[in-house]
Amino acid sequence: MDLFEYQARDLLASHGVPVLPGGVAETPEQAEAIAREIGQTVVVKAQVKVGGRGKAGGVKLADNPEDAKARAQDILGLDIKGHITHRVMVAQASDIAEEYYFSYLLDRSNRTFLAMASKEGGMEIEQLAVERPEALARIPVDASVGVDAAKAAEIVDAAGFAPEVRDQVIAIAVQLWDAFSKEDATLVEVNPLAKAPDGTVLALDAKITLDENAGFRQPAHEALEDAAAADPLEAAAKEKDLNYVKLEGEVGIIGNGAGLVMSTLDVVAYAGEEFGGVRPANFLDIGGGASAEVMANGLGIILSDPAVKSVFVNVFGGITACDAVANGIVAALQQLGDQATKPLVVRLDGNNVEEGRRILAEANHPLVTVVDTMDGAARRAAELAAA
Amino acid sequence: MSIFLNENSKVIVQGMTGSEGMKHTSRMLASGTAIVGGVNPRKAGTSVDFDGTSVPVFGSVADAMKETGADVSVIFVPPPFAKAAAIEAVDAQIGLAVIITEGIPVHDSTYVWAHAQGGATRIIGPNCPGLISPGRSNAGIIPANITKQGKIGLVSKSGTLTYQMMYELRDIGFSTAVGIGGDPVIGTTHIDCLQAFQDDPETEAIVMIGEIGGDAEERAADFVKANVTKPVVGYVAGFTAPEGKTMGHAGAIVSGSAGTAQAKQEALEAAGVRVGKTPSETAQLMREIIGG
Repeated sequence: MDLFEYQARDLLASHGVPVLPGGVAETPEQAEAIAREIGQTVVVKAQVKVGGRGKAGGVKLADNPEDAKARAQDILGLDIKGHITHRVMVAQASDIAEEYYFSYLLDRSNRTFLAMASKEGGMEIEQLAVERPEALARIPVDASVGVDAAKAAEIVDAAGFAPEVRDQVIAIAVQLWDAFSKEDATLVEVNPLAKAPDGTVLALDAKITLDENAGFRQPAHEALEDAAAADPLEAAAKEKDLNYVKLEGEVGIIGNGAGLVMSTLDVVAYAGEEFGGVRPANFLDIGGGASAEVMANGLGIILSDPAVKSVFVNVFGGITACDAVANGIVAALQQLGDQATKPLVVRLDGNNVEEGRRILAEANHPLVTVVDTMDGAARRAAELAAA
Repeated sequence: MSIFLNENSKVIVQGMTGSEGMKHTSRMLASGTAIVGGVNPRKAGTSVDFDGTSVPVFGSVADAMKETGADVSVIFVPPPFAKAAAIEAVDAQIGLAVIITEGIPVHDSTYVWAHAQGGATRIIGPNCPGLISPGRSNAGIIPANITKQGKIGLVSKSGTLTYQMMYELRDIGFSTAVGIGGDPVIGTTHIDCLQAFQDDPETEAIVMIGEIGGDAEERAADFVKANVTKPVVGYVAGFTAPEGKTMGHAGAIVSGSAGTAQAKQEALEAAGVRVGKTPSETAQLMREIIGG
């Protein structure tokens, strides 16, 4: 889960990282009130989870509360690369003497954590890494040891921070690690980490990604989810504990196992090329169990998607054999009754496949077509969606 | 021969007395696996009956190893306790720890990996179906009745694609099929399995299944080019996955331009691996190679 800047700022502040005073506003009036409280020049920043908002007109200075209100008025509702701005952050404006960069992240390839630091911040770090790799220190962090003051000093010295800010950056590096580890983050990135004219170092902008698998021990994280931005079908699926992702296509997909479902999307997209570019409408993994109830819940979500023209149910009967899956499909269709209005192509393979196909044939549901192979079934589902 | 797991493997189950542990211990026993014990500190000294087979419960992995000579542990412990269970297995120096549990925080799996460095334990998973050497032993949740012992080696991030491929090539059979798991940080990698299959005289050809996210497939491609002389066919899932969306597996996500299926396919093909467009086509490529 990626956080908004204001959420990241609050989280970092709660771990002791120095940030500027500010708040988040959903209306121009709220922005005005925050600016009044700060009592000096503020910066009004669009809260969107995408880069390049400055260039898109999403970051403006305001000299007084009335001006902050007007700038918030301009920015709220702004479309930044397809992201609509629903909130602005109003923060005390700071003159910047120097800009730095600091991050911790999960390094998948090396199965460790990585600290990255540079005394040249402000620009996109990917750009810096390509253009001036020597300016970016990359220090692995042993997950079983973490970052203490000595490790922080190693990182800060590798990046070559000047003596007058060294101690401050070391302290911040330890605080950022505290946030990274205690909040179960996979990314904590401060860019820029800035030196104000008075020599104080503080975090001016931050990106944080949290690990959703850690939800069981991070109860506070649920409140950080952006419920308003979630697709309504995704929200409905989540409520039923279904692993669903909405896509832009016409063929509804249900399968068991993440890999098989990803593969099913691909096979449908290939087949769809023949039928005017028909595409998969969603990802939905009903898991190894594939019980009737889960099948009915899944079908219910997919059939309520107006974009769906046909549905492809692709199940490999492993732990749950095909006869049980077939019974699940029949029961699900009974449960759905009149709600089931779109043609279903079913492909079953694996254990007890003959019995599974026999059950579906016997039920003889008018909407259901059984096709023996995954490739053939994908083709049929695409054809039905194009019809 | 087979890799990592054979007829002499003595398997214990951490979390055996939970519902998933019970269900799958029963299945592993039914498929002929030598299950020699379970681990649960609160139930040490008791035993559990599985259709007439009594399996003793030990208080710790170390006790179970001492009493039974166990060399493999399959871990079904729920996410909040999985880190401690894995560390216990590593500290007891068991040869192979297979972590089935899905949903372990990545800080925990990264910690376990760091902790296991230099130790005696190979880790498979987490978030994986385990591994099977058909006809010999089954450590995890892979259905044992799909296929038989044979000459294909299989390594895959995905459970159901593993089953699908085993099913498509069931008449030829498999030396070992390893589900390495779909999390961002896992123990045993594609490369570890490729090396082991290359060294295994029984394995004649290898199927490698990957999916979006990370760069494991690209690294495996480099490894194949430099070190694998046996034929390898590949399959990659997730060409249609949108950027920035997690597709079921915690590790299956395209981030920016990194981790795409396209890049993985290209890397594999550049290394001489034939890549199927669908699972069936991949199985067909294997048939052409192995003449089954």
